[in-house]
Amino acid sequence: MITIFLIISGIPAIKEIGLTEFLLETEWIPTTGSPKFGIMPFILTSLYGTFGAILLGVPLGILCAVFLTKIAGKRIGGVVSGAVDLMAGIPSVVYGLVGMIVIVPTVREIFGLPDGANLFSAIIVLAVMILPSVISVSETALNAVPKEFEEASLALGATKTETIFKVSVPAAKSGILAAVVLGVGRAIGEAMAVMMVSGNVANMPKIFGSVRFLTTAVASEMSYSSGLHNKALFSIALVLFIFIMAINLMLNIVIKREKK
Amino acid sequence: MKIIKKAMIGAAAMAMLFGISGCGDNNSGQTVSTDGSTSMESVIGFLSEAYQEKTGIKVTYNPTGSGSGIQAVQENRCDIGLSSRDLKDEEKEKLNGTVIAYDGIAVIVNPENPVEDMSVEQIAQIYTGEIDNWQEVGGEDSPIVCIGREAASGTRDGFESVTGTADKCKYAQELTSTGDVIQTVASNPNAIGYASLASVGDSVKTVSVNSVTPSEETILSGDYSVQRGFFLVTSKDRNLSEQAQNFYDFCISNEADDLIRKAGAVPIEK
Repeated sequence: MITIFLIISGIPAIKEIGLTEFLLETEWIPTTGSPKFGIMPFILTSLYGTFGAILLGVPLGILCAVFLTKIAGKRIGGVVSGAVDLMAGIPSVVYGLVGMIVIVPTVREIFGLPDGANLFSAIIVLAVMILPSVISVSETALNAVPKEFEEASLALGATKTETIFKVSVPAAKSGILAAVVLGVGRAIGEAMAVMMVSGNVANMPKIFGSVRFLTTAVASEMSYSSGLHNKALFSIALVLFIFIMAINLMLNIVIKREKK
Repeated sequence: MKIIKKAMIGAAAMAMLFGISGCGDNNSGQTVSTDGSTSMESVIGFLSEAYQEKTGIKVTYNPTGSGSGIQAVQENRCDIGLSSRDLKDEEKEKLNGTVIAYDGIAVIVNPENPVEDMSVEQIAQIYTGEIDNWQEVGGEDSPIVCIGREAASGTRDGFESVTGTADKCKYAQELTSTGDVIQTVASNPNAIGYASLASVGDSVKTVSVNSVTPSEETILSGDYSVQRGFFLVTSKDRNLSEQAQNFYDFCISNEADDLIRKAGAVPIEK
């Protein structure tokens, strides 16, 4: 249903604007006399933002999962897992609010910038937001590694650290990969939180510049757009949808490979 | 057993429904819905509260921004649209706009900022990027961060048309509500922003423009130039419901003047 709806409502604007212009033009000025509908800045921002969030969030998430499954005792592990589950349940507006009030001013002060609402702040917020899903999926993967693998490794004289990073983690590789893909999906689809910390101006992405994501473009402009502008927003949604479908496809492939 | 239970729950639900519609005075259940400008929040707040006290009819308010409010009236999603900019010519074909009050657009800076006064030209230059350091307008040596509103905002429309900067502004942030702008300026010592005078509190500093401090007199006399009207927007194609028409009449009556003043805006001369 959603697919059909998105394709039907997304295609006309692309036709009118022209696919290459729509995707590759670097200027988005929808409300002036001679409007320009180029979503390149949004696409790049979404990709950079997601990539940055993965870069920060995934290593942290995996290490956290390793700690929870292999090192922490039952009591600490239980408390931390509970906290992680709680994090997954926090609404994204709350992340955005905390980002706006805590992260934005902090980023401004640490880097001596005139303004802290930029891509970097958005990346930090996204990284925190993908942590819970990355942690819980990699935790499951690590728990599924047969105990005999680790026991064999330890019996051969490897230390605990060596065992974890050379045996357990590689054995859980495909599960961890699935966690990464899931994180990508969550990061690219997030709108509310990044809208509150990224400044929301349609610039080409710069790490310390104000940017707008694919999602936030749709969310912030849908309420007042009309005509071609409105249709173009549906086309943006379609592009976003294609991205997310591609990610899900990747996830499926990864999971299938794991089953083999 | 199960069927009996279900029947009982159903009966209870029915009783509750009828109970709600049965008690209370005649007007309960009727509401007037308004939708639009976030700048008009305090004005509509005062008006609807007084109106509800007077008649018992509830007025709902959905703060979405002027462009959204106008769109909502067109699409029949609310009774009265709220706009802090005049209607465009193509919108006037289908809609009526009535001004109920005037409001200054306050140019606001962080309280730490020593700048007290700016000319309209200076403000325009700041927003177009020609001036990018506070030193040039009498402040400290620090970069200027321009905070603005989304493209359909009535405040942005009013501000850009007064300063002559339509579509030329280089914003560092485009925020979606009056409160967001004030919050952001309050938390960043380098920021400059614009917001409805009626909504500005103590958390930010209002600068005078061309040495004129925004106030009721200066706005009414036109000395304070950065101002615009607050409009009620209605559709030409369909009539207002009785209670919506009543609220509309109330808003343009003399009774509303004091309330509008209390809300920080300036009532029109009648």
